[in-house]
Amino acid sequence: MFDSNELNKIKKERQDWEQKKLNPTLERLPGRKDNFVTGSSDLVDTIYSPENLGDLDYAEQVGFPGQYPFTRGVQPTMYRGRLWTMRQYAGFGTAEESNRRYKYLLEQGQTGLSVAFDLATQIGYDSDFEMSYGEVGKVGVAIDSLADIETLFKGIPLDKVSTSMTINSPAAVLLAMYIVVAEKQGVPASKITGTIQNDILKEYVARGTYIFPPKPSMRLITDIFAYCSKHVPRWNTISISGYHIREAGSTAAQEIGFTLANGIAYVQSAIDAGLDVDSFATRLSFFFNAYNDLLEEVAKFRAARRLWATIMKDRFGAKNEKAKMLRFHTQTGGSTLTAQQPMNNIARVTIQTLAAVLGGTQSLHTNSYDEALALPTEESVRVALRTQQIVAHESGVADTVDPLAGSYYIEAKTNQIEKQALDYIKKIDRLGGVVSAIEKGYIQKEIQTSSYRYLSDIEKEERIVVGVNKFEIEEANKPDLLKVDFLVQEEQIKKLQAMKQGRDNESVQKSLFELRKVAESKNNIMPAILDAVKVYATLGEICGVLREVFGEYKETIVL
Amino acid sequence: MIPKIRVVLAKPGLDGHDRGAKVIAQALRDAGMEVIYTGIRQTPQAIVNAVLQEDASVLGLSILSGAHNHLLPKVMELLKANQMDDVLVVAGGVIPDEDIPGLKEAGIKEIFTPGTSMQKVVDYINNNLLRK
Repeated sequence: MFDSNELNKIKKERQDWEQKKLNPTLERLPGRKDNFVTGSSDLVDTIYSPENLGDLDYAEQVGFPGQYPFTRGVQPTMYRGRLWTMRQYAGFGTAEESNRRYKYLLEQGQTGLSVAFDLATQIGYDSDFEMSYGEVGKVGVAIDSLADIETLFKGIPLDKVSTSMTINSPAAVLLAMYIVVAEKQGVPASKITGTIQNDILKEYVARGTYIFPPKPSMRLITDIFAYCSKHVPRWNTISISGYHIREAGSTAAQEIGFTLANGIAYVQSAIDAGLDVDSFATRLSFFFNAYNDLLEEVAKFRAARRLWATIMKDRFGAKNEKAKMLRFHTQTGGSTLTAQQPMNNIARVTIQTLAAVLGGTQSLHTNSYDEALALPTEESVRVALRTQQIVAHESGVADTVDPLAGSYYIEAKTNQIEKQALDYIKKIDRLGGVVSAIEKGYIQKEIQTSSYRYLSDIEKEERIVVGVNKFEIEEANKPDLLKVDFLVQEEQIKKLQAMKQGRDNESVQKSLFELRKVAESKNNIMPAILDAVKVYATLGEICGVLREVFGEYKETIVL
Repeated sequence: MIPKIRVVLAKPGLDGHDRGAKVIAQALRDAGMEVIYTGIRQTPQAIVNAVLQEDASVLGLSILSGAHNHLLPKVMELLKANQMDDVLVVAGGVIPDEDIPGLKEAGIKEIFTPGTSMQKVVDYINNNLLRK
């Protein structure tokens, strides 16, 4: 961005400043710390200047929003045209209770839904299965069959609301249920909008709700890509997620590196299955975390966009601009919330919201202040949503595109994170790709090392967490918490058993038999799953057939 | 040489959040203990079997899904049924204060909630072993 004469002049000025101003000041008043580091433990200098950007080519590397390499954002006007989608992840107990919460959130001005499923649903077990004991309705809503999905979306117009579903291994089944419910509302599959997470690779390293081994899991994913590109064209078929990698303790650069490496694996596997990159890649979406180090996080989002665009162009030869765009959802960092003095979390979430918005997110979930203690209450969720609305309407940061661009620090940091992330991708390539790197435990180990270092820094008080290792108080009053009643499990099991008695069991058996045949073949599995769902085969029955055909994944334990 | 304290760390239920379990594993190891981590999705029976097989004197249970009131007492019942009352059982995770008395009554000696320092867990185990 600067020619060498100018840079030399700046260098001389800086040396002069160091001698005359900086050093005398440091002698009188040394820094608060020997080393200043970011949230990801990278060193931070006293000051950044054009010297840090030496050969940055503005037009090539930063450019303008809405065009390659999308460093400054994926749309030309960003939030001046339309604000990001405010989408709170919610769900607990039964479908009835969650349906009420969704209607409440929509009344409060939320613009999209995001469904949290309980763990039994996420792992493809029915509520009456022994492994589901105690988990039914706990971290999300319990779904056993189409009947529950019908209740969940009762009175919610699926042609107007877009829905994101955090579902991975059984994503095909939940998507099928959603398609059928929409059709019953009179909304054709071609009109529905939303996202399924459908990102199995990060489940193996971070989140843990895997069912099948990598190979059949990748086949399910590419079957969904292929089916949706024909029949559900407005659906985001995957949300390639760094969120959980970060929650597991990774750094910002690892979050990007490992997530884009997973992205590469999905794109490659779809290309290998004969799909056209310029078509399916337009429906890929991403999901990232927003932590407290505001500037590092903003740089991270910018680096991710630029790196993905170059990967799609150079590695996969994508020509369609949309196929090179990294569109992403953000959630504020759950693990940054403290159980101590929970109201302080509202301040943390505000900083993280700013990071996501200044980083150009397409949609955002803000965590509630009580989430280090339990699922959020209606009141705490409202505060979280209001935080987004305040940033959107009062802070002014949404009114110009990528306002931090051109900051010497932000641009230097964007370059640095891009390089660090690319180094991880190269390392994973050398290990034979993501699946092999997971089987060798490489990714897990890298995350664990970062996670342990972070916690050790807090323990040594080299890192301050307000209310946890500094500024602590005795707390008598904890906020009112949401409780999911154990009765939910009994109620859900009763509903499931009644549903099974009322359905046409012969059709169910037939559909499961057909599903098995398709699973054993190379044909696309979606139509058979849709048929099974329509006759009210349960999630557990469908996944049970697939478990028998595909087998189950056993984790590589790395310590 | 004093034999190392043997600790089984386990994640009961379907919860996959293992960041806490893994850092505790490393902290206990750094403190000189022998740590066996079972991995995620363990049934109460599988956990008790692991304690038995590994001849562990400490069992650490990590759970963040909210299913603690249902799963942890089951582990304790099975330990008692196997005459393993002298195993020191501690738990950690997202566990509301009001649930702690009930879990202690079931025989869990200490519950570590979010924000607990690793050193505190190490010290607790060193000072409270039931089986010497």
